[in-house]
Amino acid sequence: MSDKIKITIDGKAIEAELGQTILEAADAAGIYIPRLCAHKDLLPIGSCRVCTVIVDGRPQASCVKPVMDGMVIENDTEELLQHRRNIIDMMFVEGNHFCMFCEKSGNCELQALAYRFGITAPQYPFQFPEKDVDASHPDILLDHNRCIMCARCVRASQELDGKNVFQSIGRGFDRKIGVNGEKALGDTDMDVNDKAADICPVGCIIKKRVGFETPYGERLYDKEPIGSDIEKGATA
Amino acid sequence: MGKPRVATTSLAGCFGCHMSFLDIDERILDLIELVDFDRSPIDDIKHISQRCAIGLVEGGCCNEENVHVLYEFRENCDILISFGDCATMGGIPTLRNNIPLKECIDEAYRDGVTVYNPKNIVPQDPEIPLLLDKVYPCHEVVKIDYFLPGCPPSADCLWAALTALLTDKPVELPYELLKYD
Amino acid sequence: MSEMKAVVNNICKEFGNDRTRLMDIVRGVQEKLGYVPPEAFELIAEKAHTHRVEVESVVSFYAFLSDKKRGKMVIRLCDDIIDRFQGGEDVAKALSKELGIGFGETTEDGKVTLEKTACIGMSDQAPAMMVNDVMVTNLTVEKIPEIIAKLRETEDPQSLVTECGDSNNAHELVRAMVNNNIREGGPVILSNHRRGGGLRKALTQTPEEVIEDVKGAGLRGRGGAGFLTGFKWELTRKAAGTEKFVLCNADEGEPGTFKDRVLLTERPDLMLEGMTVAAYAIGAETGIIYLRAEYAYLRAFLEDVLNRRREDNLLGINILGNEGFNFDVRIQMGAGAYVCGEETSLIKSCEGTRGDPTDRTPFPVVAGYMVSPTAVNNVESYCCAARIMDMGAGWFSSIGTARSAGTKVLSVCGDCDRPGIYEVPFGTKLRDLLQRVGAEDVAAVQVGGPSGQMVGPAQFDQEISFEELATGGAIMIFSNQRDILEVVEAFMEFFVDESCGYCVPCRVGNVLLKSRIARVRNGEGSPDDLAYLHRLGESVKRMSRCGLGQTSPNPVLSTLKNFRPVYNALVRENTTGRLKSFHIMKAVEQASQIADRRSEVFHA
Repeated sequence: MSDKIKITIDGKAIEAELGQTILEAADAAGIYIPRLCAHKDLLPIGSCRVCTVIVDGRPQASCVKPVMDGMVIENDTEELLQHRRNIIDMMFVEGNHFCMFCEKSGNCELQALAYRFGITAPQYPFQFPEKDVDASHPDILLDHNRCIMCARCVRASQELDGKNVFQSIGRGFDRKIGVNGEKALGDTDMDVNDKAADICPVGCIIKKRVGFETPYGERLYDKEPIGSDIEKGATA
Repeated sequence: MGKPRVATTSLAGCFGCHMSFLDIDERILDLIELVDFDRSPIDDIKHISQRCAIGLVEGGCCNEENVHVLYEFRENCDILISFGDCATMGGIPTLRNNIPLKECIDEAYRDGVTVYNPKNIVPQDPEIPLLLDKVYPCHEVVKIDYFLPGCPPSADCLWAALTALLTDKPVELPYELLKYD
Repeated sequence: MSEMKAVVNNICKEFGNDRTRLMDIVRGVQEKLGYVPPEAFELIAEKAHTHRVEVESVVSFYAFLSDKKRGKMVIRLCDDIIDRFQGGEDVAKALSKELGIGFGETTEDGKVTLEKTACIGMSDQAPAMMVNDVMVTNLTVEKIPEIIAKLRETEDPQSLVTECGDSNNAHELVRAMVNNNIREGGPVILSNHRRGGGLRKALTQTPEEVIEDVKGAGLRGRGGAGFLTGFKWELTRKAAGTEKFVLCNADEGEPGTFKDRVLLTERPDLMLEGMTVAAYAIGAETGIIYLRAEYAYLRAFLEDVLNRRREDNLLGINILGNEGFNFDVRIQMGAGAYVCGEETSLIKSCEGTRGDPTDRTPFPVVAGYMVSPTAVNNVESYCCAARIMDMGAGWFSSIGTARSAGTKVLSVCGDCDRPGIYEVPFGTKLRDLLQRVGAEDVAAVQVGGPSGQMVGPAQFDQEISFEELATGGAIMIFSNQRDILEVVEAFMEFFVDESCGYCVPCRVGNVLLKSRIARVRNGEGSPDDLAYLHRLGESVKRMSRCGLGQTSPNPVLSTLKNFRPVYNALVRENTTGRLKSFHIMKAVEQASQIADRRSEVFHA
């Protein structure tokens, strides 16, 4: 017997399984909770905070919070939408995001979230930070201008590739993704076939020579908002 | 009462947004029924002649002249719209924002690989507007009422926004029309 | 380079090539070489069975660690707002002038590096600085030439200590010019008591009874959060696991807080007694004191206290003849990171990694240090626990208020005649305290440090307690001469510097808050900016991952609430549509200089 429990999301009673996170339970029930750092193949770390929901009155990142029987969860509220929008704006202004020449455009999860939220321009001033571009690897480009510090690559390298190519270095606004090599990505054992090469939600880790493969109009998020698959119950 | 007036300009942009504007094709005839154009590259009027209902600004501010024009637009337009990525977020010109100004000028006039400048002259004519310390999106210089992102925003996007404004409807872009590229 | 190799090898060996002792390893390397050279990363990683980037990750996280060569002596001037208001900025200029270098630079002879740092816990004797581990307090511009001359001559920071402070500050293992400044003692901690009394009584009871006593006494965490200590111990005791840990949070980093400095100096035995009681109660054999790097000058002294306790069988095997009760304590040095005062972050640091906090499911009481059940408590909480054992739960709960039992040791600083330590019963009115410390003409009091709240005269009749004005110890007083928003901006700067950067709202939001406060302060703001500050502050507060981010907007939010007129006086409705924050003359200044002509379009 699996441990079925009941939780409520925005007043809707849904069934969940013990051991699931709120995010997983919501996905299974066809309720999309916006997220960025979370990825189905990786252990969650709750760093982007976009998936924050209110559980019994307290904000919790739904990607890390396990479900418990009788949990009452708020997801689609005016307050949370505003906070989430604010966080998405923050990610745009903390980096240098040039969608118009980014290979990831149209398939970028940050951009897609901003579309879903109907953001026409970030409300915060752009910080224009100075960031490096690391083209040292023969097959992979690492453009820190686009990094949102979700650490998916860190986890994918450790959890899926059995390596340790990436790790966070520095702190605060200067925090960035470091590589396990003397100077640059080319000094590491990163391989283009690593899972970590495919996991970046934005255009920070890009495979060389395959950019702009999909024509405009046919890219992942050109026609339908991110999360539509979940809302259609694709994983239910 | 005459028709509402619309002014447009391109600051630190590439005129791509204006080209996209022209892509509304035959709908421009409908538009002319609805509005009169004041200052705009389309009619080559150099300064806003009277109060305008809508100002459309392409491009951000990279030099003092951009700021001057933007001030003119803000002063004379009821509704000011940033259209295109350069206006809304600075766009491609902001690539210089992390490079010291002196280096930018030297690269452009002296050191660039394609520069031919045997006398090593940096043009200093007073007619050439002074560059700003960095490139600013328009809303960091004046108050902007609406943003239409895109590089360029599609003709449909511009059309949707303009017709909404002219018919007193809320400017809400449908999903397919909100694009940053 | 071979010297480096030998140093790394030795230090790694000293710590058993143990990856979880990486903090000690890199600190050790830095102590020997003056920095942790990038060339050493690979070596350390190899020895300690980890990856190069993990070593870099640790070194780059802590403010006191550096991968760049620095001077033999590193001067770290405290850049807290209290220090600034007491003349710190002039001292900074004097230091810079005397050394001929700017902050962040090293003298050409490689002798001195000059840096600024966050509050070093000397706000009652500000301005103050550290030279390596040596505290130099009560600085004045006049003293600087002499100090620098002496450092140049002796190359020994300790030579600056010509006169020691009071009491244990003069202990041969401390020898610091620091003063305790204990102004008022109280019945619980800063009064006379029998050494070991509490522990002896605890050992006559069962662990469960000890926990009941601590619960019955109503002891709540003294670090500021106020979680029930007995309940925490109970959860730790009941959590599954064979190995359990008792951690003491001596990472007193909240600006304006320095009471643990004094407790560590004057009541280390009481604190260790409390830790030992906790160990007995929850069934732990290992304890760790996480000591902030700023208090390194107390380390040898504390090690000595530990040794004496081992000799007296107050630590070690079969403590006080109690068969099977074994407990010992080690000191884990921090390396300059405020966030490590957050318990999950403190645990990560003890495990030898960067101090990113972790998610609070599971809680440390279930899976803390080394994924084992762990009780983390503040220095003062342990002192209280020991006293509860000695004097009884009823005695303790009779002091204070209904929901805040006992006393609170406060560290008072800022604009008052008698800054220092006050142990007061909970329930003491702020107004009474202000009178006792000799504070007149008070405009604002920051209760609980930057992460607490700023209150004005309208709140002075509130009482210091978890119910009304909660504080981990800091009481910072600002007179009517002070610019409230200067304080707010300085606090936001502090949070920007100290955010670990793990989550978006804290990493980015604080930067944005700080710059918008600056805009308002400069008179460039409109009422829209106040709404912006409020919305942004709420998002950072609600969406951040740990206590740092959740409290970091408090300086902004609490002043927007309690000092609204200050803001209102600074903002103007924008009628022209031109943003006052954009200065055309400033924006063309560089180009104007390069072109050697003024703007034809805009004139000043």
